[in-house]
Amino acid sequence: MDKLHLLLALSVGLFAIGLLGVIIRRNLLVMLMCMELMLNGVNVSLVAFAQQTGTAIGAVLVFLIFVVAAAEIAIAIPIVLLLVRAKRTLDMDAFTDLKG
Amino acid sequence: MSHLLTLIVVLPLAGFALNGLLGNRLGKGFVNAVGCGLPILAFFATLKAWAELEGTGAPIVDIAYAWARIGDRSFEVAFYFDRLAAVMALIVTGVGSVIHIYSTGYMKDDASYARFFAYLNLFLFFMLSLVLGRSLLVLFVGWEGVGLASYLLIGFWFEDPVNARAGKKAFVTNRIGDAGFLLGMFLLWWAFGTLDMDRINLAYANGASPAVSASLVGILLFVGATGKSAQIPLHVWLPDAMAGPTPVSALIHAATMVTAGVYLVARMSGIYAHAPEASMVVAVIGAATAFFAATIAITQTDIKKVLAYSTVSQLGFMFLALGVGAYGVAIFHVMTHAFFKACLFLGAGSVIHALSGEQDIRKMGGLARRIPVTFVTFAVATAAIAGIPPLAGFWSKDEILWNAFASSRGGSPVLWAVAAATALMTAFYMSRLLWLTFFGKSRLDPEVEHHVHESPLSMTGVLVVLAALSAVGGFIAVPHFLEALLPLPATPEALHHYETPLVVTSVVIALLGVAAAAFFFAEGGARAGRVRESLAGVHRVLYNKYFIDELYERLLGRPLTWVSDRVFLRIGDRMLIDGALDGLARLAHRAAGGLSRIQTGHLNLYMFFVLLGIVGTLAWSFRHG
Repeated sequence: MDKLHLLLALSVGLFAIGLLGVIIRRNLLVMLMCMELMLNGVNVSLVAFAQQTGTAIGAVLVFLIFVVAAAEIAIAIPIVLLLVRAKRTLDMDAFTDLKG
Repeated sequence: MSHLLTLIVVLPLAGFALNGLLGNRLGKGFVNAVGCGLPILAFFATLKAWAELEGTGAPIVDIAYAWARIGDRSFEVAFYFDRLAAVMALIVTGVGSVIHIYSTGYMKDDASYARFFAYLNLFLFFMLSLVLGRSLLVLFVGWEGVGLASYLLIGFWFEDPVNARAGKKAFVTNRIGDAGFLLGMFLLWWAFGTLDMDRINLAYANGASPAVSASLVGILLFVGATGKSAQIPLHVWLPDAMAGPTPVSALIHAATMVTAGVYLVARMSGIYAHAPEASMVVAVIGAATAFFAATIAITQTDIKKVLAYSTVSQLGFMFLALGVGAYGVAIFHVMTHAFFKACLFLGAGSVIHALSGEQDIRKMGGLARRIPVTFVTFAVATAAIAGIPPLAGFWSKDEILWNAFASSRGGSPVLWAVAAATALMTAFYMSRLLWLTFFGKSRLDPEVEHHVHESPLSMTGVLVVLAALSAVGGFIAVPHFLEALLPLPATPEALHHYETPLVVTSVVIALLGVAAAAFFFAEGGARAGRVRESLAGVHRVLYNKYFIDELYERLLGRPLTWVSDRVFLRIGDRMLIDGALDGLARLAHRAAGGLSRIQTGHLNLYMFFVLLGIVGTLAWSFRHG
């Protein structure tokens, strides 16, 4: 197994852990963190491919994702804070009535 | 090339547009000027065209515009003016104009005054394009158009459902005839590649037409004519059409529109001359209709119904003449009939006007002194239709009888006998009408009695003009005038010594009919009453018009209603169409209900579906590599 395969395995592993975390865990903050894991799993694969092909596009894309992810978290954390303030809990099941 | 013919046709159309759009706003003076002025102008334009025709001798052709071009063939809106068209156009514009003038008096107090004149002008427009059209297609547009105008005017007082229903009946009955007319047109187009009537006649005259049977085309066109001209079996609409205002009955349902079928057959005489079978059908249907309608007319009690059946009967006379090849004579009778029947209808209108709407002749009587002008004109027209010499009806009817007897193209003593019997009945029922209306003691309602008054000058003046025409119209030798165009049938030399006895017979018949009516209906009709009681069964059948309407209702109306209701409405519409659409909507509703269950609000579940989606996509993309 060469370096690329290892890196791709790492990327899939990170993504799978993140996805499973979102599915299984109920804590809001943990779910957010798991989403970041998924995002970074994808980032790893992008960087790996970028190195292999020797182009800069993959690396540029990764920076773009960082910026977007930072903005997303900047909004998500306040929302979570508001939710917690309303219900005094971090448990996702308390918020099912948001389905409308 | 001048567009004189187009002008004749378009003048009434302009009247329709002006009166229809502006009439209500600009008042009665405007409506009268436009409504009567433009038809009169059209009459003078027709006179001018006639003068041109007599000057050059060649038919005038006026191509208004090219309507459509299909392949290398084109349809043109073209007008054609020969002596036949001249006679018809003069009748239409002349009688039409005086009836317009009459209407200014008769409809004076109607709320929809402008609408009435707009419709009348519309009728004239279509009637003129029917008469002047060169191609069968233009004729057909006019043919349908007069049907439309007739429908609008029968149902003019549409607030009463009876009138609206009568209009519908006329329209639907005409559609049946039109189906035959259309088929005939298709055949002609297929065989000749043209619908220009002069070209078709020419082709038949040259004998270069093996492609299509003249008899088949002739019978199909005649089916159309039976619808428009109220011949058996499509006569049922005309008596009901009397629901319209009386000037309409005079113009459309007596003088002009109903003679369109006669005009069609005369115009296509090239076909009928080569179709002895079709001609025989025309003659037999004509004679049968004449006889049958006359028997009904004897028993009717509504003044307009009597005249309506009389019209059906006289139209039968015209078709009899067409059937034995005497086309010019038929047109002659169209003209004299237009004069005296218009006069009779307008006279009846004047009576109805005087009696504030009463139409039942059992409640009239003794009006001769009260409304003298109406009486005198009505009497002249009655004598004319009864065939008393030297009034107009005598000349044309006598020529029809002679040709029915002696024509070498299908004349026979049987046809003559039927026609003579009809002539006797005609004289009888018309005199009966005259007696019951104007003679004897008054049987008026006391309230009506009080208001009896002679009509205004606009009405009586027109009556006098038409009565004068009914008196002297017979001296216009129309058959001779048209002879170059529509040659009269030859009569065998051996029959010529019958001619004088037959003329004497027809005069005797007319006088006999009048005398019989005078005998039976003198002194309040006591003798007639006794006859009626002894023949109660016959009277019932005749009074109810042989129950033809009831028969049609049973045979056609009810099965159609049943099929429409059970098959088309319940199975076709409600079950198939509505059912399919309702089913689709229900399916969508159920599917949405099922899918909405998985929206639980648990984010974890949603993510699980995302996982399933990813796995599914990967599996699919691996398999299809």
